[in-house]
Amino acid sequence: MRYGLGIILAGALCYLTLMGAAFAVDEPFRQHMWIAVFVLAIFTIILMRKTNFEPQAPVDESAYMDEPIRYGVIATVFWGVVGFLVGVFIAVQLAFPHLNFEPWLNFGRVRPLHTSAVIFAFGGNALIASSFYVVQRTCRARLFGGDLVWFVFWGYQFFIIMAGTGYLLGITQSREYAEPEWYVDLWLTIVWVAYLVVFMGTLLRRREPHIYVANWFYLSFIVTIAMLHVINNLAMPASIVGSKSYSAFSGVQDAVTQWWYGHNAVAFFLTVPFLAMMYYFVPKQVDRPIYSYRLSIVHFWSIIFLYIWAGPHHLHYTAVPDWAQTLGMVFSIMLWMPSWGGMINGLMTLSGAWDKIRTDPIVRLMVAAMAFYGMATFEGPMLSIKSVNSLSHYTDWTIAHVHAGALGWNGMITFAAVYFLTPKLWGRERLYSIRMVNWHFWLATLGIVLYASSMWVSGIMQGLMWREYDEQGFLVYSFAETVAAMHPYYVMRVSGGVFYLAGGLLMAWNVYQTIRGRIRKETPMGMVLPTHGTAMQPAQ
Amino acid sequence: MSILMNHSKLEKSATLLLIASLAVVTVGGIVEIAPLFYLQNTIEKVEGMRPYTPLELAGRDIYVREGCYACHSQMIRPFRDEVERYGHYSLAAESMYDHSFQWGSKRTGPDLARVGQRYSNEWHVQHLIEPRSVVPESVMPSYAFLKDKPLDVKLASINLTANRRVGVPYTDEMVANAAADMKAQANPDADSKALEARYPKVKVGNYDGNKEALTEMDALVAYLQMLGTLVDFSTYDETAGYR
Repeated sequence: MRYGLGIILAGALCYLTLMGAAFAVDEPFRQHMWIAVFVLAIFTIILMRKTNFEPQAPVDESAYMDEPIRYGVIATVFWGVVGFLVGVFIAVQLAFPHLNFEPWLNFGRVRPLHTSAVIFAFGGNALIASSFYVVQRTCRARLFGGDLVWFVFWGYQFFIIMAGTGYLLGITQSREYAEPEWYVDLWLTIVWVAYLVVFMGTLLRRREPHIYVANWFYLSFIVTIAMLHVINNLAMPASIVGSKSYSAFSGVQDAVTQWWYGHNAVAFFLTVPFLAMMYYFVPKQVDRPIYSYRLSIVHFWSIIFLYIWAGPHHLHYTAVPDWAQTLGMVFSIMLWMPSWGGMINGLMTLSGAWDKIRTDPIVRLMVAAMAFYGMATFEGPMLSIKSVNSLSHYTDWTIAHVHAGALGWNGMITFAAVYFLTPKLWGRERLYSIRMVNWHFWLATLGIVLYASSMWVSGIMQGLMWREYDEQGFLVYSFAETVAAMHPYYVMRVSGGVFYLAGGLLMAWNVYQTIRGRIRKETPMGMVLPTHGTAMQPAQ
Repeated sequence: MSILMNHSKLEKSATLLLIASLAVVTVGGIVEIAPLFYLQNTIEKVEGMRPYTPLELAGRDIYVREGCYACHSQMIRPFRDEVERYGHYSLAAESMYDHSFQWGSKRTGPDLARVGQRYSNEWHVQHLIEPRSVVPESVMPSYAFLKDKPLDVKLASINLTANRRVGVPYTDEMVANAAADMKAQANPDADSKALEARYPKVKVGNYDGNKEALTEMDALVAYLQMLGTLVDFSTYDETAGYR
């Protein structure tokens, strides 16, 4: 029977969540379980309608398993647009607070929806899909696990839906970037182990003697995220049919555990696996080998070793012991080197192919992504210096830093990967429109510039206003005055977000048309048609 | 560069690569986090700290639910301007019963570590209903719905039990009387002797101004009004904690 196991699992889970709704001890849990029942019932019905009992065609074990990757690319684009849209919404709320609609759409509940949508839904889908693509090509092996791959894809989407709807209902652990409550965390753990099994199984059945460098990064990402997720989310639920849990740790230990996780979500979710994308897609797109094999070894081991120590730099001058803060700072500064090692390895791969920046907007996206990576990984160590941090912490400077990295590095390298993958996965000759990619590039770049510069100014300004004294030794500004001073910058930030969102919508359209098999008639990039008189000759 | 030559062993075995990379990433966590659980001077003992009352804990859960930590920190750093603006810098012990901690990472609004007893209950209720009516520059959302939402009293004892399981010293008596204590703290007419014996320095009051109902507004304001008030800094000896 086709989808037999899927129908049984989804149906059983649907029943389980229905029981959760029936016996719920608190109202948010009941509502959350009803959402789960609804989603799982639809999923089960769709599977049942598509099932049949005819003997199935044998699976071609020599072919790549690309269908889940196609779904993954569509999910990446979809969640990207959703995440950017929610980001614009909360940016507008900070500029115009009347746009908070209590209780579900208040800033405090929507903010984690934005961060999780862009990091885990957009970024996570991009990573899962690209890792499945890359591991098959570089191992010359079909994905291991068969339907387990589908479980990873759909299980992850279910995690996203449960996490996102939970935030709006007020179900949160208050652990930044790990907000989902205990039962959603358990579900993610199961999905993540399945992901590890698929990835590791594919590596083990490879037909290449060497494991390609991109796969080192992906493997380290999967296994480290598993460790971080499990330890950071250790908690005691108040009831097995309730949404509330209390962290296993408290106060200082909890803070250090949380930021050990939080900083390494940046490291092992937003850096290491995106470097894996760089290591596969950049050489492919520019048709050059990676610049240095040795550099990739050195920077891989040093980056994964050093990053894990950097967490306490989020807790400078707090009640965390001084030695831990200083250790975090020192390792953060050391991190600058392996980070730039990765950037140099990526950028120098363009040696002899720099002209492609002019003609290929996908390469343009990649180069900009690596440049933003370099900038963000310089700014990060700088902000981790205690004296700099004393000014920047608690202000929008942190927000500027995060977005330079997320929009510039993660966003742009993902866009490049999506544009690379779409024609290949759907067997199209090329993208619907290359010029639209160029438009996307400029919209995104302009958006980041507006966003980061307005937040730099507002952050540094606010930090300075907080600590300003007059000549008699009194504080000059009340807190409310510093809030009022930020209003123009919050409006500017919205415009940056709108540009970036517009680029995302353009990408969605371009991908949609490519999937439909359309090709837009347009002048190739880098070619100028002689419209006025004769073209210039090289000697002129 | 013979070490780099040997790297091919790792590149040829997925299992070795998995083990090696996992080993490399565990070092930092072990060195930085593990000692915090047994080093004596991580958290000095401080006079006055006690677990949250059931009403305060419920208020804290609402604070978490609404994502207040996204804009408000509860961690005063030892700088002249912060101490003048917010009060004595935060001590490690002051968050020892916080599962999880609410130090925050962003101050879109002011720090709240010592907001307790700075404003009246009426001010808090008005501010939560319409923030701009008392602070015109504020960008805070409105939380008017809290005053109409009855507080779920039956969760009091299971929430205390869960906290006890993760190490908060709630006694059997505290757990057994959780619901009663919750109601008593929001009712100035009730006999609160037992509550005060269990939770020293507890403030009893009709927090939301509505005598008819026990609402989420009561709980949140009760929590805000106790923040940073447990340690008496007029008698606090900074050097007593040195080891």
